[in-house]
Amino acid sequence: MDMKRRDFLKIAAGSGILLAAGEPAFAREAKKLPPNALGILYDATVCVGCKVCQVACKQQNEMPNEHTAPEAIWDDPIDLSGKTLNIIKAYKEGTGENKDADKDGYSFIKRHCMHCIDPSCVSACPVSALKKDPDNGIVTYDKKACIGCRYCQVACPYNIPKFEFDKPFPQIRKCQLCNHRFKENKFSACCEFCPTGASIFGKVTDLMEEAKKRLLLKAGDYYHYPVAHVKSREMSYRPVAKYLNHVYGEKEGGGTQYLLLAGMPFGKLGLPELSERSDASLSEGLQHTLYKGMIAPGVVLAGLLFAAYRSTRSHKDDE
Amino acid sequence: MSESKPIGGKIITKPFIVCAVLVAIAGILIIKRFIFGIGAVSHLSDGYPWGIWITYDVVVGTAIACGGYSMALLVYVFNKGEYHPLVRPALMASMFGYTMAGLSIMVDIGRYWQAYNLILPWYSNINSIMLEVAFCVSLYISVLWMEFSPTFAEWLQAKGLKKMLDRVMFIFIAVGVLLPTMHQSSLGTLMVISGKKLSPLWQTGFLPLLFLISAVSMGYAIVIFESLLSSVGFKRAPETPILGKLAGMIPTLLGGYLIIRFGDLILRGKLGLIFSFDFKSLMFIVENVLYVVPLVILMNASNRKNAQKLFIAAGSLLLAGSVYRFNAYIIGFDPGQGWQYFPSFSELMITFGVISLEILAYLIFVKKLPVLPDVKHA
Repeated sequence: MDMKRRDFLKIAAGSGILLAAGEPAFAREAKKLPPNALGILYDATVCVGCKVCQVACKQQNEMPNEHTAPEAIWDDPIDLSGKTLNIIKAYKEGTGENKDADKDGYSFIKRHCMHCIDPSCVSACPVSALKKDPDNGIVTYDKKACIGCRYCQVACPYNIPKFEFDKPFPQIRKCQLCNHRFKENKFSACCEFCPTGASIFGKVTDLMEEAKKRLLLKAGDYYHYPVAHVKSREMSYRPVAKYLNHVYGEKEGGGTQYLLLAGMPFGKLGLPELSERSDASLSEGLQHTLYKGMIAPGVVLAGLLFAAYRSTRSHKDDE
Repeated sequence: MSESKPIGGKIITKPFIVCAVLVAIAGILIIKRFIFGIGAVSHLSDGYPWGIWITYDVVVGTAIACGGYSMALLVYVFNKGEYHPLVRPALMASMFGYTMAGLSIMVDIGRYWQAYNLILPWYSNINSIMLEVAFCVSLYISVLWMEFSPTFAEWLQAKGLKKMLDRVMFIFIAVGVLLPTMHQSSLGTLMVISGKKLSPLWQTGFLPLLFLISAVSMGYAIVIFESLLSSVGFKRAPETPILGKLAGMIPTLLGGYLIIRFGDLILRGKLGLIFSFDFKSLMFIVENVLYVVPLVILMNASNRKNAQKLFIAAGSLLLAGSVYRFNAYIIGFDPGQGWQYFPSFSELMITFGVISLEILAYLIFVKKLPVLPDVKHA
């Protein structure tokens, strides 16, 4: 009993040190943007809600139509699902008269995988079915590895990975940035087919530069918005809306490769407020602090082997 | 060793039949799940991918099955030989609890036919808490069967085999203490990555320590609870003195647990959330009142000599640990976007079937195998 109490206090004191400096004391280092990170910049103020990106995504990824209305005529998903990897949603407030205005306004928002710089799903997946490409940073899914434990769904702060609950042989579904089209020199369908330049594809560094540039524009001025690709020569010349001074994805959860601009607070558009530190860095940091590369369990095991050997012997002596 | 004996008696009794029917219903529903998918029998969703199967069958179930672990810790690591008669029944309950958890996982995971990927090194993700949990739990299931194997050897009267097993048993005992220490704490760490989706009342870096302490204390509670229950059920004299002594450990564990639990909330400045009196705060209060009850009862030495009070304390502690786990996995978990979860009828029936199968196996084993301590009938 004494020994027990002493050990217990030791463990408690040990964890207390972890906490003393505030939680992130045990967090591992933050991850950096991969060298050739690819991503998407979505500008809600440029989006007209035509949903061409949604249709193109379904076609290029061979995803089935989804029917939520009683008459199964159109593809009409209400959210991302095992059948829908990309969706345009609309948010309306008050009278909803003014596009992108915080008050009495409305805004579109495009949702799909954020391709996080430090993805929770990748950290969580026990069998590396979800991986982050070390070069372009795309978070990919491999159904040959997946065991269907759905820990990625628990982990993802954006609720992106979707599971086919209605199938006997299900898999996880999520946007993979149309990486299957890269070899044909094509890129994400949602960007390629976007007529207004609301979604543009490119290197994350270029996209970030473009986003920052837009935030410096004056509302009402005219600007050449590149269409489909950040380096595209095709431009749409149009008036600038009033931006909220925030690039969503620059810092959220350690940063993402999908960046968003809007006129409205992102919280209203369904994007979570996240701290700059990724949850993966906390979880992995905690685990590796406790285990110290499996040395700690090894040492404990040696002690346990000794104790168990000693006590099984002494119990035998009793008999 | 003559300290354990089969208690004998008829196998097919009323409780046996009730359990068998529940197992059969669950069996049919499980077949339905494998034909039509998980959605056909459950309310699991993209918002709540884990429901009662993971939370009860695995997270709570293995904690309740910590009796074997807690007793091994006491008897073999802290060398308290006097508790030896309690080890074997505890081990058996652990073996069933963990085996059922393993079976439930196979029902719950979507791509079960690829479950072996977990042990293929080229697929392993060493950063995944799930990998560690899956690895430790599956290994521990086999360790538990090995730890229990001398009972089979005794039953078969295979003296040579028994001797051989006894000689190497210390290895299994040591591994059998290490593995639960690892995965019971990791079951807490598992939720750290869910970040803000888990209410700050439960989301903390102390999850692993809190899960570990509560699992160990639940281990002692189940040994007391199960021993008293079987003495009533099988009309045997209760083992109150030794159970009371065992119960003496619990206040220290619970005191430490509650200091860490509330100290952490104070340090993080989240104590105020307790008084918001929404559903989450009420469940937090229920959870912690259930922890305080056994602490108060068992701090008093005279209560520890009273079978009834021991039973209440142990029962309350088991509930406390269970509610804590439900809170940390379902009730405190909110994925946002309006997602809600309550288990479906079929989902619940599958869980009831799993519990019934455990009870069935328990009834058969104690009657046929030398498991329970040899005491006089009351």
